[in-house]
Amino acid sequence: MKLIRSIYEWLDERLDLGELSAPLRHKTVPVHYHSVWYYLGGITLFLFGVQVVTGILLLLYYRPGVNEAFESVQYIVTRVQFGWLIRSIHSWAANLMVFTAFIHMFSVLFLRAYRRPREMTWVSGMLLLFLTMGFGFSGYLLPWNELAYFATQVGTDIVGQVPVIGHPLMVFLRGGEDVSGATLSRFFGFHVAVLPGITVALLAIHLFLIQRQGISVPPGMEAAANALAYLRKHDPAAAELWLQRAGFPEQRSMKFFPNFFLRELMAWYVALGVLGALAALFPWELGTKADPFAPAPAGIKPEWYFMFMFQTLKLIPAKVGPIDGELLGIGLFGVAGGIWLLLPFLNLQGKGRRSQLVMGLGIFALTYMIAMTIYGYLAK
Amino acid sequence: MDIWRSDRTGLLLVLGWLLSAGAWTAAAQNSCVDCHSVLDPPLKVSAEQHAVDIHTQKGLTCVSCHGGDPEAMDESSMSKAKGFRGKITRKDIPNLCGSCHSDTAYMRQHNPSLRTDQLSQYRTSIHGKRLAMGDTKVAVCVDCHGVHGIRAASDTLSSIHPLKIANTCSRCHADAAYMKQYKIPTDQFAGYSASVHHEAMTVRGDLSAPTCSSCHGNHGAAPPGISAVEAVCSTCHVVQAGLFDKSPHKKAFAESALPGCITCHSNHRVLRPNDSWVGRGDESTCVSCHVEGDKGFSVAMELRKRLAALELAITNSDATLKAAEQSGMEVSEVKLEQDQARDALTKARVTLHSVQLGLVDEDINAGMKVAAKTQVASTAALKERDFRRFGLGLSLIAILAMVIGLRLTITMIEKNGNR
Amino acid sequence: MENKDCGCPRRENPDFLDSGLLPAGSPGTPFASTRRRLIEILLGSGFLASIASFLYPVARYLVPPAVSDLGSDEVIAAKVGDLKPNSGKIFKFGSRPGLLLLNAEGEYKALAGTCTHLSCTVQYRGDLQQVWCACHNGIYGQDGRNISGPPPRPLESFQVVVRGQEIVVRRTMRA
Repeated sequence: MKLIRSIYEWLDERLDLGELSAPLRHKTVPVHYHSVWYYLGGITLFLFGVQVVTGILLLLYYRPGVNEAFESVQYIVTRVQFGWLIRSIHSWAANLMVFTAFIHMFSVLFLRAYRRPREMTWVSGMLLLFLTMGFGFSGYLLPWNELAYFATQVGTDIVGQVPVIGHPLMVFLRGGEDVSGATLSRFFGFHVAVLPGITVALLAIHLFLIQRQGISVPPGMEAAANALAYLRKHDPAAAELWLQRAGFPEQRSMKFFPNFFLRELMAWYVALGVLGALAALFPWELGTKADPFAPAPAGIKPEWYFMFMFQTLKLIPAKVGPIDGELLGIGLFGVAGGIWLLLPFLNLQGKGRRSQLVMGLGIFALTYMIAMTIYGYLAK
Repeated sequence: MDIWRSDRTGLLLVLGWLLSAGAWTAAAQNSCVDCHSVLDPPLKVSAEQHAVDIHTQKGLTCVSCHGGDPEAMDESSMSKAKGFRGKITRKDIPNLCGSCHSDTAYMRQHNPSLRTDQLSQYRTSIHGKRLAMGDTKVAVCVDCHGVHGIRAASDTLSSIHPLKIANTCSRCHADAAYMKQYKIPTDQFAGYSASVHHEAMTVRGDLSAPTCSSCHGNHGAAPPGISAVEAVCSTCHVVQAGLFDKSPHKKAFAESALPGCITCHSNHRVLRPNDSWVGRGDESTCVSCHVEGDKGFSVAMELRKRLAALELAITNSDATLKAAEQSGMEVSEVKLEQDQARDALTKARVTLHSVQLGLVDEDINAGMKVAAKTQVASTAALKERDFRRFGLGLSLIAILAMVIGLRLTITMIEKNGNR
Repeated sequence: MENKDCGCPRRENPDFLDSGLLPAGSPGTPFASTRRRLIEILLGSGFLASIASFLYPVARYLVPPAVSDLGSDEVIAAKVGDLKPNSGKIFKFGSRPGLLLLNAEGEYKALAGTCTHLSCTVQYRGDLQQVWCACHNGIYGQDGRNISGPPPRPLESFQVVVRGQEIVVRRTMRA
């Protein structure tokens, strides 16, 4: 503690840290029954940091190229000291990050934090979610093993089904008509340069917005707090009476630094422990090297976060009336994604049918995703 | 208006005349196929059959074998005066085919690399000998090669393509009713179909694998004599035959008039051998001659013990290897080495044909060494895995300390009124 | 957060602080500073230990291993002098064995080491000056062509390059 203090003072003398850290020191986080969900954004950010660090470490030894990719990953896992650890952490953290990103999104949805004035935060967050899934899809191919090769083929095939832009988009993604070494080069470029660049920019915007606007509070509580503040100003006695009679809790809050920050640090450490345990106890498989000329193994499945879409497409019959089934599925998901992205602009807040509709949709979506994912794994 | 004078009509007339003239000419050359393609069997010879026949493609016609006049459109095409021979009797078929196929100078004009000894070979065969005695039930040329629509042996649709030979022979040789008077078994095709040789051809696509004619000959078809069987098998299985020759079995088998190789391996139903064929169990071939107490019996027992020991060593090492691999350890190099142990076992299974323990031990010991080495490597891999888990435990303790420290710090700070 | 005046003895009163009436560890009491110290030690050591357990593997990771990875395209099969003329040796090429031979004329040749018949590992026979499979007597020429015995296909041949003291074997590059 003393050491930290003296370092802080040394820097403060030279940089006037007081002025810089003022917004951070004054930042507060609301405390209420649902405030546990506030940690999820931070955990996702932490996992992203883990990915960047482990990703850079992997970059030191990984080589893209059909004759080298698999072998270099094998080399990392067998020959490089603790390579197995770095690689497994990278693979596990990727999955955990997608998971926490989804929970973060759903918690923001159910806590209505996307409402005015936080529309831009929601949109940037949704885009970050899509980017995260893009990271997952592109990174999955890089070890160039059998499962990844065919999963990529199926995934990009589905992209190709989109009318008008589908085929050019598929060719763009694949670097050609088929999944090949060109695809690997491209996905490598996306994964280590393009996506990180866009993500960092969007993250900066997302975090800045949160810093600027503060953490949101569920609508009910916000309304009550506003009412209480109004009463206090105009009729303090009535305000006291209301507090006593209704037993309504004051809007409590805690300081971001150090209280919330220390708690967040705890959560991050726990996440790190979980990651380490997963990496050591359930190391990520290498698989067999991809062979484009071998037939696809039975039961190719995409990664779990795409499973609900994949399973839905499988269940839709080949033709629904005059429309091709797969096209209908893709269309529906496209529309759903669009609605989700633009949720704050659809004017569905406030009490009443419309906001209940959002709640209902949210619950339906969550249940649907979970059910379809489970179904996808249980089905042959 | 005057259609007789328009250019288009003139052109059509000329074309029509040319076509009919052409058809006429063609028809004139092939009155045989013209009629016989529309007759019912057994007289039916379709135009397609005629077209694919290799003889047709080389320029021969119906007349080359049957005589007659292909240009006559009526019954006179089949008159004796025109040299018509009608249906060739079975007894005469080999000689008819041989009239060209044994003529080297003639065959050189059509296919110089084709053999010309088929007829002389045929005469030495069981089929040829019986035909000479008057038995027309035996196979003659057309039974195997087809009569109209004969294809080259390299054509996959030919009845004598390597993949088809066994089926062709089985048409008679698997027909119990047909073969009744000859008092020879009719289970050869069934046995062969279950054999590794058949599998090599049909499943692995190895056309050099043996079929009926590989061991029996095709034109000079006859079962090899007892003393000749080993020589036949050894055309491919050289190493095993060489080892057998050096073994005490060679002399013993000759003395008991037992054929080499097939006594243990069967002639047609050659199955994938199993280690249980050695030793004294129910499936053992050794105990068909050896009894408890004789030297051969004890050697058989020892051989079985050695094979089983090596197999067990490999299995155990494989199990450790698998455990290491499944807990995430990378063991591809060790797996590669393990292949050498399996190779040693394969070699031991070949060397045992010498029934000499010294020779077999060389291979067994080599295999045991490799299996021991891989076992050590896999165990080391498992130890490394345990070391990693221990390391994980340590880091988790550090993390736990940190988490508890943080928790206490938070409590302390908040109790203190955030001081 | 304001502390309401509850009329209790002031918390700054030393007699009150030492009286034992307040819970142990409450701010100002004698044990509080010890407790604080302990927590600080726990936090500090936990922090250092956790950082060490993260940095140690990373530091080891950054040191390149002794055997460098050249991918499955090429591999160092042997050193000059390892092989005597008219002999061969098996080396690891990717996940399959390869055969490196030095023939009687002093040329290095490299072939795939797996027999195309039933996948036994082949070897070089100096007496035959050909490649032999011991399992079923398959024979290949030095160029990998299957000459006699059961093998249905030739052995894949590789390019050999002598770089200084190292004999490097590479897959034949095709345009």
